[in-house]
Amino acid sequence: MGMTAIEKILAKNSGQDVVRPGDLVVVNVGTAVLYDNNFGPSIWREILKVQDPEHVVVVFDHRVPAKDIVSATAQKIGRDFVRKFNIERFHDVGASQGISHVLVADHAYALPGSVLVCGDSHTCSAGAFNCAARGTGAPDMFYAVTKGETWFRVGETIRYDLKGTLETPVSMKDVFLYIADTYGSHANQNVEFGGDALPRLSMNARRTMTTMCAELSAEFATFEPDQILLDYVRARNPAAFEEQYPDNDAKYLYRRSIDLSAMEPLVALPDTVLNNSQKVGDVCGTKINQAFIGSCANGTLDDFAAAAEVLRGNKVSSDVRLIITPGTQNIYLEALRRGYVEILMEAGAIVTNATCGACGGGHLGILAEGESCITASTRNFKGRMGDPESKVFMGSPATVAASAIKGTIADPREIIG
Amino acid sequence: MEFKGRTWKFGDNINTDLILPGRAQLFTEEEQLRCVFEANRPGWIEDVAEGEILIGGQNFGMGSSRPAARSLRNTGLACMVADSINGLFYRNCVNWGFLALECDGVAAAFDEGEEASVSFKNFTVTNLRTNKVLQARSIPDVLMNTMTAGGVLPLLESEGLIAPKQ
Repeated sequence: MGMTAIEKILAKNSGQDVVRPGDLVVVNVGTAVLYDNNFGPSIWREILKVQDPEHVVVVFDHRVPAKDIVSATAQKIGRDFVRKFNIERFHDVGASQGISHVLVADHAYALPGSVLVCGDSHTCSAGAFNCAARGTGAPDMFYAVTKGETWFRVGETIRYDLKGTLETPVSMKDVFLYIADTYGSHANQNVEFGGDALPRLSMNARRTMTTMCAELSAEFATFEPDQILLDYVRARNPAAFEEQYPDNDAKYLYRRSIDLSAMEPLVALPDTVLNNSQKVGDVCGTKINQAFIGSCANGTLDDFAAAAEVLRGNKVSSDVRLIITPGTQNIYLEALRRGYVEILMEAGAIVTNATCGACGGGHLGILAEGESCITASTRNFKGRMGDPESKVFMGSPATVAASAIKGTIADPREIIG
Repeated sequence: MEFKGRTWKFGDNINTDLILPGRAQLFTEEEQLRCVFEANRPGWIEDVAEGEILIGGQNFGMGSSRPAARSLRNTGLACMVADSINGLFYRNCVNWGFLALECDGVAAAFDEGEEASVSFKNFTVTNLRTNKVLQARSIPDVLMNTMTAGGVLPLLESEGLIAPKQ
């Protein structure tokens, strides 16, 4: 009996021929990504030995530039750590700054067939690179950085075969919301994506999907390798790698087919994305105070393009604050060069520096009691973006942009259709 | 290793933002403790007492990597048992040294306030009012050892890999 892609990656990195659901595996960590929260005074424990500094990446993303004294202290501790162990892959505030998962993508730090860990739950993002990437806790990161290994419980895998073509302005965010609405939680299970649609899906689109799989509580989200992936990685990272394809006789818990051509804009209602979405038309007219596009899931150049297409020549409602946050400073610069930033700002959007920002309720757009927001970011838990009595709806960047114009949740097809 | 205590019941999909809200992420451990469940159960943190037991539903601890398990440990709860525990939260329970068991059917077997007995030797959960005994999912020795030793940080400290807590 064969193995799924993730089972093969875990087998390879644990030195075993075969791993099966139910196994507990100890694997070598190829890349360990530390970020500003890990250096927070209530978390950080001074690391005395680093197993291999070349395997470590350090990023400041959650609260940059430092928004208060505690975050400034965390970043200072982080800089001292980088200096002490000569960490070369360091993304401090400045030109190379960005959200960790987006930087991991832009630099192809996540090598196909390898293991990557980071103490942030959306680390599954790098599964788009055929990488066993998992969010862990801060203690896991101390363990991985000092010992070069970590453990995983192997779950069963659900395979999604993507077919057909997305019709603009429908995006992978809508596909994700469809999966979360239809199939609900994937707790303790892995998700694997493949199918005929892959040649028409950019790395950005794939990463929106894998990032959002954290919201399904999936253990790992992995894309089957293809030429687009291999070309992308080789153009950015000279390191050797061995991508892992699922076996033809791999055993999946379920195998499901998703027709991208049949997808339409969806909106998740507040508090969870699980079994909680509606067609955009069914929630049109719901008043919003804030609209947000950004995060590791939707801060890409594709997302800027989608927002600009909707907002070109339009104005943001005077009742709405539209906040757009790029995934990296590089994306910001490229969005400037392509004219997206000008379109967005002329429409009335605020474009911030690259950071996690409003997504986690950390800074740059906190909601007050009773306010509503529609967001193209990662998570819509109760109180996620501010006051516990605020509401967070979730949609695609196009849906968020259309809603910002109308002042109420709106269908982007009515604007660019 | 066995614990007996009053139970507190929480539902399905209890997420990390409820256990430890984002605004508290950079607070001190003591400040974080005061914020536990402030959105969904204001005041609970004043009511919970040393040695009590939390009963959860499906996918307990879904969401973020934040040290929510440490905050629950700091409440003085003896342990928690849920129908199922989110994978990331389970890692954090092991690594922060908060005793946690997965036991399908546990939420249905308890009304809040009933006394429970939880064995981390036999991996069983007993409702001491109804005397119903449930079999929980066992924990591999290596993870059990870490969980009961106060998590992974004391281990790394003993090996000279991280500095003692200041």
